[in-house]
Formats: sequence, C-alpha cells, structure tokens
Amino acid sequence: MSETAAVTATVAILTDGEWHRLHPASPLLKGGIALIAILGVVVANLRERLVAIFFPSFEEGDNPVDYVVNHGYILQALLITAALLVVLIVGFYFSWRMHTFRITEEVVEVRSGILFRTNRKARLDRIQGINIVRPFFARLFGAAKLEINQAGHDANLQLSYLASSAADDLRREILRLASGSRTEASPGAAAPEATGFIDRRVGEFLAPELDPSFVEPDSVVRIHLGRLFGSMVLSGATVFLVIVLVAITVWVSTTGDIYALFFALPSLFGFGSFYVRRFTKALRYTIAGTPDGVRVGYGLLSTSNETIPPGRIHSVQVSQSLLWRPAGWWEVRVNVASHSSAKGAAGQANTTILPVGNFDETMRVLALVLPGFVVPDFRAVGQGDGFVNSPRRAAWLRPFSWRRNGFATGADWLLLRRGAIWRQLVVVPQPRLQSVAIEQGPLLRALRLARIELHTVTVPIHADLGAIEKDAAIAFFGEVADAAVQSARRDTSHRWRSGELPA
Amino acid sequence: MTNRLELADITWRRVSPKFVWVELVSGLVGTMVLVAATVVFASLQLWWPASATAVVSIIMIVNLTLIPRRVRAIGYQLREDDLLFKRGIMWQRFVAVPYGRMQLVDINRGPIARALGLSELKFVTAAAAAGVTLPGLPEADADALRDELVALAESRRAGL
Repeated sequence: MSETAAVTATVAILTDGEWHRLHPASPLLKGGIALIAILGVVVANLRERLVAIFFPSFEEGDNPVDYVVNHGYILQALLITAALLVVLIVGFYFSWRMHTFRITEEVVEVRSGILFRTNRKARLDRIQGINIVRPFFARLFGAAKLEINQAGHDANLQLSYLASSAADDLRREILRLASGSRTEASPGAAAPEATGFIDRRVGEFLAPELDPSFVEPDSVVRIHLGRLFGSMVLSGATVFLVIVLVAITVWVSTTGDIYALFFALPSLFGFGSFYVRRFTKALRYTIAGTPDGVRVGYGLLSTSNETIPPGRIHSVQVSQSLLWRPAGWWEVRVNVASHSSAKGAAGQANTTILPVGNFDETMRVLALVLPGFVVPDFRAVGQGDGFVNSPRRAAWLRPFSWRRNGFATGADWLLLRRGAIWRQLVVVPQPRLQSVAIEQGPLLRALRLARIELHTVTVPIHADLGAIEKDAAIAFFGEVADAAVQSARRDTSHRWRSGELPA
Repeated sequence: MTNRLELADITWRRVSPKFVWVELVSGLVGTMVLVAATVVFASLQLWWPASATAVVSIIMIVNLTLIPRRVRAIGYQLREDDLLFKRGIMWQRFVAVPYGRMQLVDINRGPIARALGLSELKFVTAAAAAGVTLPGLPEADADALRDELVALAESRRAGL
C-alpha cells in the first residue's frame, strides 16, 4: 500500500466519529522529557544530602555505588529505581490512554485527565482557524500538534500530539466537514515514498515547510532574505538602538565615565537576541491560498502553520512606516477572534499575516485574506479617489494627513484610510462588524467634524477615523448601521462551502 | 446650522429622572472629601495645596450641576434591527448595535440605584470597544427590556 493511501486511510479512521488516541509519544513530548530532566538535575545536585538522610552511616567521599555494593543494598536500590520507573511509565501510559478525541460531523471533542477529567467540545462551524505546530523535539519523533482555534480567551482545543504525516490531511478533513461542503474528500497530496523509520523521519525533516502540491503556486508569497533583513534594520527598534548608542557614546566621551557601558551591554544583548529571534522565525515564512482559507506558515527548526477559513478575518490593516516608504514595503495585520498559543512569524503576534512585502505581494495577500475584494490603490494621496476625505479645516487636527484621511464603502467592505507619515488602510468586512459608533468632542464640534468607530473583535487593529466632515460622518453612521444588519443576514461564511454543488 | 451631532427621525426613550440622584450622591462623596481637604489646608495656612484642591472642588461642583442635563442626554431606541444608544453633551457618542451581535445582556444594581429601584443594563458584543451601558432604568423596565433584547438577539442570531 502506498504512503498516500495509508495517510488518507488514517484520516478516514480518525474522522469516523469514534474515540481515538493520540500519538504514543505524547506524554513524553508534552512534559515527560522536562520532568525527567528536572529529576536528573535535582538528584545530581542533592545527591549527598539525600544519601545522608537515608543512610546516616554513609561516609563523606565514598562512592555511593561502592557503598551500595559493600553493604548489600543492591536489591533495594534496584527495587526503588524500578518502582520509580514503573510509576512514571504507568502515569504516562494512563494519561495517554485517558486522552482521547473524536471528530464528528458537528464537533471536535477531547477528553483528558486521570484525576481531574476535562472534556472540551468545539463546534465545527465555529472554528476560527487550525494551527499545526511542530516543535523541534516533536519533529524528531514525527509528531505534530493540532490546535483548533475557537473564539474567546483560552478556548482553543489542542490535539497534541498526532502523527505528523496525518496532521495536514486531518486538518483538511476537519475543514471540509466544517465548510459544509457536500463533495467527497479528495485524496491528499502524494508524499514521497520512504521505507523505514529513519528514512521517513529524515524525509519529513527535510521536506519543504509548505507542500507545493497543496496550493496554487501563484497564490504563494515568500519573503526574500535581503528584504527580511532590511525590514528589520529599518524598524522602530533600530531607531531606538541608534538613539541608545548615540546617548552612550556622548555620555562616555563627555564624562569619561566608562561604567555606563556596563549598563548598556545587557540591553545590547537583548537587542541582538531580539533580531536573531525575529530573523530565524520569519526565515521560511510562506502565505498561500487554499480552498479552505489562508494558510500562513513559518519556522526553521520548530515549524508552525495556520489555516484561517474564509469569514474568520474581522479586519485587515495595511500599514507602512516612514522608514519603509523608500523601499515600498508594507505590513499586513489582521484581527481574528481566536488567540493562538503559538507565536507568529517574526516573533510577533499571530495577527501579523505579512511581516514585510512589496506592493504587488501586499495586493496578493489582500486578495487572499479578503476574497473578492477590489483593493483600491492605498498609496494614493489625494482627493477624488473614491474616498470621502477630511475637509480642509481638518488640517488643524490632521496637519499632514487631512488629504488622505477618509473612508469609503464597498459592496461588502468598509475602508478607512489614515496617516500621511505612518500610512494605514483598514478594511472591515461588513458581515464581521459588531457595532458602529460616532463621537464628537468640543474640539471636533468647533470645527464641525466628527469621529467614527467601527467595532470588531479587538486587537491589534482599531478601526476608527477622526476629524471627518460631520454630515458625512452621520450619513456613514446610518448607512453602516443598516448595512451591518443586511450583510450579517446574508452571510454564510460559518459554513463557507455550503453553497457549492456536489461534484 | 448646528455643529452638533444629531440623527434625524429618532424619538429617543429616556432613562428615569431618578437616576440624577444616583449620580449626585456618588459625585457628592468625592466632592465633599475635596472640599473638606481644602478647608483643612486653608486653616493650616498651606496655601499651595489648598488652592489646588479648591480648583478641583470647583470643577467637581460645576460638574455636579451639569448632572441633570447629562442624564437627560442619555437616550436609546429599539429600531427594527438594532439598538441605538446615545449619551453626552460635551462629548457626544452614538452607538448602533445590531441585535444579532449581542452576546449577552447584564443587569447591574448599585446600592444607591437599588434604593431608588433602578437597574443598569449592559450589552456585551464580541467587540470590547462598543461599551454600551444603559443606566437608570426602573427595575421592571430593565427586566422587560432584557427579555425583549434576548428574544430579538435570538431571532436575529448571527455568527461572530
């Protein structure tokens, strides 16, 4: 039987609605190794003390092994060691046996715990994203962690760990069930043939982070190494670093006080590790479109990739700092309802979906995260570009950006554009809008202006726009309040493929 | 032509006039502490701290006199598909929350409000920023409104 067929069969078994167990190495990977390591350290450090407690006649400087042999304690020593091992193994075995999961047409459910039982169910149509994390150690064992993200704090459901080869197919199958699609599962992509445990491990380890046969190649964005480097050099952290360096240099040269250097060194090390961490995490970054949503992957040794189904992105922000403008780079961030426990690419929160990209790539990413959205040219500066921009009198409050400080409404989208120095464009899909507000303080009132807020699930993007024409703001408020209700009624993205005909 | 924010064709429902007392009592406590501090500082001839607390107390007293107007400015309306809420005179704020977006409705009662038979309704959506609280509703009204809103939210249920 070929590997592909075997994997598909495994997934078919896992999604049959019955209870299944996780990868046998799970307890070890989840903390067993750490436990044993800690025990080892404790025993190594406290050996003398422990020996003194239990064997008062033991002389300092004796070899404990000799002592055991000389006094005929071999049997006891062996028994204690064996008992410890048995307790550990039995504990691990039971925690593995008691940790089961099942996947039905409606829910994913996990039961775990020996003394304290936990049972967690996640409704398939409320899945906000599925993340596959492969920590370095787990990859050695050929295991992967599947994290099913739900909205809310600490509401994620983890299947840790599963066989690495089955994880991708299992995710696709869960998403197919969740999508409401009536088509049958298509067999997974062909995995390279490999025989033997070691060969398979090596094959998986060297395989590309993103299997090219999963997605259309032209929907993939990769970050060039030079650009990644450049984007980090031209970041706010670097500006801060330069200021610190200049301050130290001035301080030392004027006062001759070298001690300042000792205070500066730790912070420099901090900066160094910050850069290295961001760099290595973003090294193999990819973003790609799949039929079941956007897939973002990254990581060199520990890899992680998340699929966010359509309709789970609550707002999108494209931004560019002044330092990035000469290079024409943009950053794309999203608001999602779930909080994945894994950190995102470049050590940022998972919400940064494109750490750095040029204009074309940014447009491609926007097309992926907002399917069907016609992106306006967010580089535009002036009037007459479809946006309702601030009037001239708003220059009192927005001296640089009043010309591009404005909003626009599309068929299913609301767009806010702001900032001349730090350029931003915020896109809110109307079906995801939670509520809308309009505000006016004394200053805005004196200028006959107002502020609008679009509320979506929060952080990191705040979709608000100040200093816009009062009457335009009121009209926008009325229009949006109405549109939010209408589009929410039409929205079917919780079962995003339910409209498809069976193939 | 006014510079203020005004929405056309809305008849606002107002909160109970008794809510003025709740605000007054809670505002008075702080004001009285500050006034007392001013008197103490002045009697000790500590003029700098006394003038500082005096300025703050005057601001707070002016604030107290504005409470009735501020309470009158709170309004809400149940439209067909959403709840409209407004508050503020100097800082005006209007919020529209579609019924289908309400995740839960809280009823809170503070000690003073409870003595006057008032409740506060709080609407929670998936967005933390919306912050719609409707204070000063008579208890029976608040319970009825909550039940009505929950029923409306159920009939117009939307995802996230």
